[in-house]
Amino acid sequence: MESLDLISILGSTIRLSIPLIFTALAGLFTERAGVFDIGLEGKMLFSAFAAAVAAFMTGSPWLGLLSGITVSVLISLIHGFASITNRGNQIVSGVAINFLASGLTAVLGQAWFSQGGRTPPLAATARFTEIVFPYAAELRDTGLIGRFYANVISGHNILTYLAFIAVPASWWVLYRTRFGLRLRAVGENPGAVDTAGISVTWLRYRATICAGILCGCSGTYLAIGQSAGFVKDMSAGKGYIALAALIFAKWRPVPVMLACLLFGFLDAFANFMQGKSVPGIGEVPVQIFQALPYVLTCVLLAGFIGVARPPKAGGVPYVKER
Amino acid sequence: MSTASVPLPNWITYGLMPFLNLLVAFLISGAVVWFIGESPLDAVTLLLQGALGNGEGIGFTLYYATNFIFTGLSVAVAYHAGLFNIGSEGQAYVGGLGAALASLALDHYVPWYVTMPFAVVGAAIFGAAWALIPAWLQAKRGSHIVITTIMFNFIGAALMVYLLVHVLIVPGKMAPETRVFLEGGQLPKLDWLIALFGGKIGAAPFNVSFLIALVMCVAVWALIWRTKFGYEIRTLGASPTAAVYAGIPYVKTVVITMLISGGLAGMMALNPVLGASARLQVEFVGGAGFVGIAVSLMGRSHPVGIVLAAILFGVLYQGGDALSFDMPKITRDMIVVIQGLVILFAGALEYLFRPAIVRVWQRFGKA
Repeated sequence: MESLDLISILGSTIRLSIPLIFTALAGLFTERAGVFDIGLEGKMLFSAFAAAVAAFMTGSPWLGLLSGITVSVLISLIHGFASITNRGNQIVSGVAINFLASGLTAVLGQAWFSQGGRTPPLAATARFTEIVFPYAAELRDTGLIGRFYANVISGHNILTYLAFIAVPASWWVLYRTRFGLRLRAVGENPGAVDTAGISVTWLRYRATICAGILCGCSGTYLAIGQSAGFVKDMSAGKGYIALAALIFAKWRPVPVMLACLLFGFLDAFANFMQGKSVPGIGEVPVQIFQALPYVLTCVLLAGFIGVARPPKAGGVPYVKER
Repeated sequence: MSTASVPLPNWITYGLMPFLNLLVAFLISGAVVWFIGESPLDAVTLLLQGALGNGEGIGFTLYYATNFIFTGLSVAVAYHAGLFNIGSEGQAYVGGLGAALASLALDHYVPWYVTMPFAVVGAAIFGAAWALIPAWLQAKRGSHIVITTIMFNFIGAALMVYLLVHVLIVPGKMAPETRVFLEGGQLPKLDWLIALFGGKIGAAPFNVSFLIALVMCVAVWALIWRTKFGYEIRTLGASPTAAVYAGIPYVKTVVITMLISGGLAGMMALNPVLGASARLQVEFVGGAGFVGIAVSLMGRSHPVGIVLAAILFGVLYQGGDALSFDMPKITRDMIVVIQGLVILFAGALEYLFRPAIVRVWQRFGKA
């Protein structure tokens, strides 16, 4: 009984972690390039809306994904225009994007579909549905490993597997390509990169575009993978949890995935524990699990679990001349 | 020479540029209204009528403005020290606990004017306490205050929901809120102030908190521009290294500034908790902390600017409510869009028109 529960918790851990992984990787690209990205939440919400609308209109999840990514990249470019070209305050720009996302998706959703800011429910063909791996059904009843295979490994949509591919891919781009080296350098010492004759502006723009693509995947996952349509404010703070995970992972790709899995697990565990009482303690308030990712991140920032050192030039607009 | 370093007269920097930014934000908002098939001009008329057309509308407008003055001041004080306090939302939420506890303890025994100072102090202390750890982490450990205050917003929200659902709830009731305060625990309405101008306050919850907010404006002005500590705050904001070199204690200044900022945010709770609903409810802050960022930006972190910007946002809030009644296609979310655009253009893109203005100024203005 216990192990069965654990397997189902792990299954929902995966489902809840995917948007976090995409979003935190998005933040990894921008923040490593020295651009703070509070607007992850907003980009996620915008792309969820765009994906749901496009999938509803065309009936194709792939066009939904394309639309989600396009809109998310556009929003990233606005963030880039404000914070890179205009050297505006990056945090203010991010806050503005979050406000815009929350408001505009609801206004347009209501104006177009008149369902209280929702988009109409999508048919199964317009969504990314679960992929069942071979023999999953047969192995479901064959002990622990079989159940693990059927519930945790198999039975997710394609974006899930894409997220786990995106992790090593991000690592490879950041640590094994020339672009990645320059991107990391521009987050630490843009002056040096500029001296080497490489455009700081263009590098940072490319980093925000990468982030836009990844946020587009996470929003699409929310709207047409995990659920069957857009719901008002459906990102529900996930962008901020992803930001916490990014810091918790000290701005490195593989730890980002592990941190997202941990925070996803906390979420899944909280859902599982709801209404259940623990012997000797009684019912554990669900709010403890909700607050735990943030508490853990703050404890980390306090320096009790190693030191989280952010990119040196983070949040500082680059000025070439005085 | 780059246009960024050309000095411009104050009326351009503090008058024309914010005006142009605001204008663009409103024009784009108008375009959104037009895009969803309503007339922007009608919308503006309805909005202004709803917000300023009668005593009740003005009462609601000023009620919302009161919230934004507190949170705007909170953001501004921290901003002067170069600290970005995104946590006003959470600090106001927890501040509500301090205000509510004072009312719950005293409302049986004393009239409101005795409860009020305790509620003010309670709200300020709880709000300040919620800013303490992020402040300490920034000052001692160098963790970015933006990140920690975001984290504390969420931790605060979880804490308050827990307290309201499990501890403060009235036994036997379903709604997660405290009992209704008696008259001794409420702040009275300012109906006489509206009546002075010949209006009727109606159902508007415009209350004494507004006067407290104005007092705080004066206090913040005096603190920032007329005290030694205010000078230290501004020095730290202008150049941390210079401040430390001049012997200004970094840790102490950061922590005290954030405590003041958190205290001001906490006091915002007086308005909805003691003034309007007379009880502590879930999510009573409703984004006012984030609006404070916009208000502080638009007001250029000066109390006078903050009051004006707060009233503008009050008009948007109340007018937007009225508008959503008359134009069902335009939901309340339209206000959030306008807020986002204002923050984007007045805040992040504040220098958008500067190069163009500099060119025009160099050609025509200097002659």
